[in-house]
Amino acid sequence: MKKNIALSDTGFLFNPSTGDSYSTNPIGLDIIRELKDGSSPKEVLKFILGKYEVEESRIEKDLGDFIDMLKSFQLMDNNG
Amino acid sequence: MVNRKKITVGVTGLNNIDSPGPGIPVIRSLKESKIYDVRIIGLSYESLEPGLYMHELVDYSYQIPLPGAGVESLLQRLSYINSVEKLDVIIPNFDAELHNFIKAEKQILDAFGIKMFLPTLEQFDARQKSVLYNFGKENGIKVPYSKMIFSAAEISKLQHEFTYPMVVKGKFYDASIAYTSDQVTSYFHKISAKWGLPVIIQQFVSGQEVNVTAIGDGNGNCIGAVPMRKLYITDKGKAWAGVATDDSELIDSAKKVIKALKWKGGNELEFIRNNDGEYFLLEINPRFPAWVYLATGCGQNHPEALVSLALGDKVKPFNEYIAGKMFVRYSYDMIVDLKEYEKISTIGEV
Repeated sequence: MKKNIALSDTGFLFNPSTGDSYSTNPIGLDIIRELKDGSSPKEVLKFILGKYEVEESRIEKDLGDFIDMLKSFQLMDNNG
Repeated sequence: MVNRKKITVGVTGLNNIDSPGPGIPVIRSLKESKIYDVRIIGLSYESLEPGLYMHELVDYSYQIPLPGAGVESLLQRLSYINSVEKLDVIIPNFDAELHNFIKAEKQILDAFGIKMFLPTLEQFDARQKSVLYNFGKENGIKVPYSKMIFSAAEISKLQHEFTYPMVVKGKFYDASIAYTSDQVTSYFHKISAKWGLPVIIQQFVSGQEVNVTAIGDGNGNCIGAVPMRKLYITDKGKAWAGVATDDSELIDSAKKVIKALKWKGGNELEFIRNNDGEYFLLEINPRFPAWVYLATGCGQNHPEALVSLALGDKVKPFNEYIAGKMFVRYSYDMIVDLKEYEKISTIGEV
């Protein structure tokens, strides 16, 4: 996750480099916070499984899609 | 705000309409100055420029002759206005009037003691759309390929140098995106009828438009620069809302342009960021943009800095600003007494 991305407690994201803003739901906020703290996708997966009641296969796919979306919005560094 | 220096500043561009002039945002910035206590003299071309009636911002206003009337008429009018108001500084805010003000800069200073901080004619001409591509090439700044055309007969040959879509631009204003040669022909005739020849053909670059309001000290130094991404665009292509962004690459590009031109005064740099993240310079406007008040809101009061430069006061370059500040415009109906309209229409002052 790019370090300069501003993230509020309500799930509002602002990318100061491009001026784009987004809003996300609480689980998205959890994922982004973890990524911002430097967690790998595997670590984020573990965190989500610990916090939410969800099947691993389901969250694995959704998390992959979510991270792809963050990449397409240029919110991720090249190294993740 | 004690001990502020009292000054009187003449400002043009009071047309705070849907395609706004920069006058009112410049005035708002000056009124918020921490170093100057500014009396504002509005200089207008038309009786319905909204700024004429904004007395909380504009202390008194005078009509001035249209740029087409020439330098002599402008000097005559300024002579009268200055005899009453004792102007310290004038900030012209229209592209179309700048030529006259630049030509008359020395006379205005010598005859009336009024200071301005304007680009030289050479700087003004070097950033014209018609020569911008060459300027970019010479200075390592990416500018979409463009060429001037002088007749419709040249349109059929454009396909050898350009791919569709291409942008058809007037030498001063107006730009349309053409997807076929028929559209190029149609826009060529429309734009040349309005703005004259040449018409500029520019390679279209797809991406996100970002603009920078900046100020140069005339020695190649950038005194301040704030980039803005348009969030809401009117049908005239003007930003109705925007957000200040933080992009060091863009700031560096702006500094490079100012250094290369040794730009003197305020300006607006229009860039486009393509999908690969490369910036292309589209235009250099030779005056502050209408959204310059955003820079003031972000901590860089460019109009105040311009006044300081004009007066020869010390100016410290701005090194930072708050990214993420937004501006959102609105329209507002003022109720105006007919007497005021009558005054500006008949005696040319209000």
